[in-house]
Amino acid sequence: MSISIQNTGFSYGDTPILRDINCDFQTGGFHSIIGPNGSGKTTLLDIISGFLPPDRGHVLVGEIPIKKLGKRDLAKSIALVSQNYAVNFPFTVREVVLMGRHPYIDRFSNPGIQDLDMADKIMDQTGISHLRQRKITELSGGEKQRCIFARALCQDTPVLLLDEAFSNMDIRHTLHLLGLLKEQVQKAKKTVIAVLHDLNLASAWSDSLVFLKKGQILAKGQTAEVFTRENIRTVFNVDAKVEFNDYTQAKQAYFKAS
Amino acid sequence: MEASMTGATEGSGKTRIWVLSFICILSLMIMVSLSMGFLSIPMKDMLSVIASKINGSLPDIAMAETYAAVIFDVRLPRILTCAAVGAALSVSGVLFQGILLNPLADPYTLGVSAGAAFGASIAILLNLSATYVSIPLFAFMGAGATLFFVVFLSWSPRQRSGGLSSNNLILSGIIVAAILSAGISFLKFIANEQVSVIIFWLMGSFASKTWANFWVVLAFLIFGFSIALYYARDLNLISLGDRSAASLGVNLKKVTIILLVTGSMLAAVCVSISGIIGFVGLLVPHMVRFITGPDNRRLLPVSLLAGAVLLLVADTITRAVLPNEIPIGILTALTGGPVFCWIFKQSRMS
Repeated sequence: MSISIQNTGFSYGDTPILRDINCDFQTGGFHSIIGPNGSGKTTLLDIISGFLPPDRGHVLVGEIPIKKLGKRDLAKSIALVSQNYAVNFPFTVREVVLMGRHPYIDRFSNPGIQDLDMADKIMDQTGISHLRQRKITELSGGEKQRCIFARALCQDTPVLLLDEAFSNMDIRHTLHLLGLLKEQVQKAKKTVIAVLHDLNLASAWSDSLVFLKKGQILAKGQTAEVFTRENIRTVFNVDAKVEFNDYTQAKQAYFKAS
Repeated sequence: MEASMTGATEGSGKTRIWVLSFICILSLMIMVSLSMGFLSIPMKDMLSVIASKINGSLPDIAMAETYAAVIFDVRLPRILTCAAVGAALSVSGVLFQGILLNPLADPYTLGVSAGAAFGASIAILLNLSATYVSIPLFAFMGAGATLFFVVFLSWSPRQRSGGLSSNNLILSGIIVAAILSAGISFLKFIANEQVSVIIFWLMGSFASKTWANFWVVLAFLIFGFSIALYYARDLNLISLGDRSAASLGVNLKKVTIILLVTGSMLAAVCVSISGIIGFVGLLVPHMVRFITGPDNRRLLPVSLLAGAVLLLVADTITRAVLPNEIPIGILTALTGGPVFCWIFKQSRMS
């Protein structure tokens, strides 16, 4: 399922957050949004997820304008791993992962066998099965993030939005989950749109990149083409050396204090 | 898969056992409470009076008529009203803690108690006739008006959740409650000899409650509890944070408003019938969460019953055990406060 954003703008009061955004996220692609703090990345995800209605323009989910989709249909189409991974009450990890099945379970029904199986399968895949009966409030930040990630996967949607989903995870788990995503993108033609802070991770794993600065898209396109020294300099105001790295099989950027 | 099946049914099975045990405890407690009091009624006589009431005749025992009057006209309406108020306050507490994502929230967080107290004080001050109707009515209107003003203060139409975030609501509630309590102080100041009536009303009591009181609370309780159960799963998801809940299909604005109004109406009807009874709505959801976990589908029914039992025990103590009846609001705060301190300290230590 593709996502298309057309002439979209958004402001809080008089402060414009996003201006005139136009971009398409193709089906079966891993897309990353990168940009400095306060550039509007999370707001852009909010608009794609339907959390915020844009002031201007349209968001198309597949062929359908997002406004026309019911909440439940939207929840079956787009899942979100939010930046905020805090859960306010001591639910068990398993209960949290099962919450991902919410859009599929009738109001007064209990989760069916297929829902429970799905939750178990995903807890296995994401490596949190050993935490299943633990209270999520007692886990470390990285462990919580893996649980929230598993919850979104359990939602089983064609589109997955990640907002700094790996910010507290160690490198091994980050790579493991990115690998899992890549596999779903390639095999199940899922669409992943991720906000990432680590530019090299973004370059190594994304098919396409969107550079966002002050609410505007400064560059977008295939990773190999737009991941350049010039773009990094204009967007982040830092000097970098960018070169193809044989080991990661991707362009990587190197920085030094200036 | 075996493990997963048992995992899912385990919770609901345990809940069923807790619900059944609390129903038994509640029934037992009602019986015990009926027999206790200024006139102590032997359990055997009491059962035969109740049995014969169902048959429509009087049993062949001494003082049968007196017993029947004490049981059915005095004690039973008070006991049932008390249990229903305890239940309603607990359900309301669960709702507030769930929506405000704050284990410190209680039914009075949004200033409902201050609003009710202000309304009741005005009714008392104006010395309206038919106080049995006018005080509860004014209290209820005061609570309702406060709720709508607090929601109005926090409301911001641009935000997806309507601006009804925990911080906004709690802050608005505190501001409004502060204004109202200054207003109540002013009313007390100008009330002269009626000041004691106001003070006693504020402390809460179940003395001389009628069947009408019970039916009113019960009607609100059934209605409020049904709504709460209907949205219980949405309330679970809200604890994931607003973005995650919305991405799972929860209509945040709608669910928040409906549950806030439900919780406040429950609190308002309780306050208007029995005055301000603190700590039940705060304490019961806390304690019940230890046995059911945080899932609102289990927390709500068990809290309802536990709240009924707890308040009934407290009321029976003030009515029948203590040499002089003290206002129940004082008793719940005096006993509930230390218990809360203990629970809080325990959670700090672990």
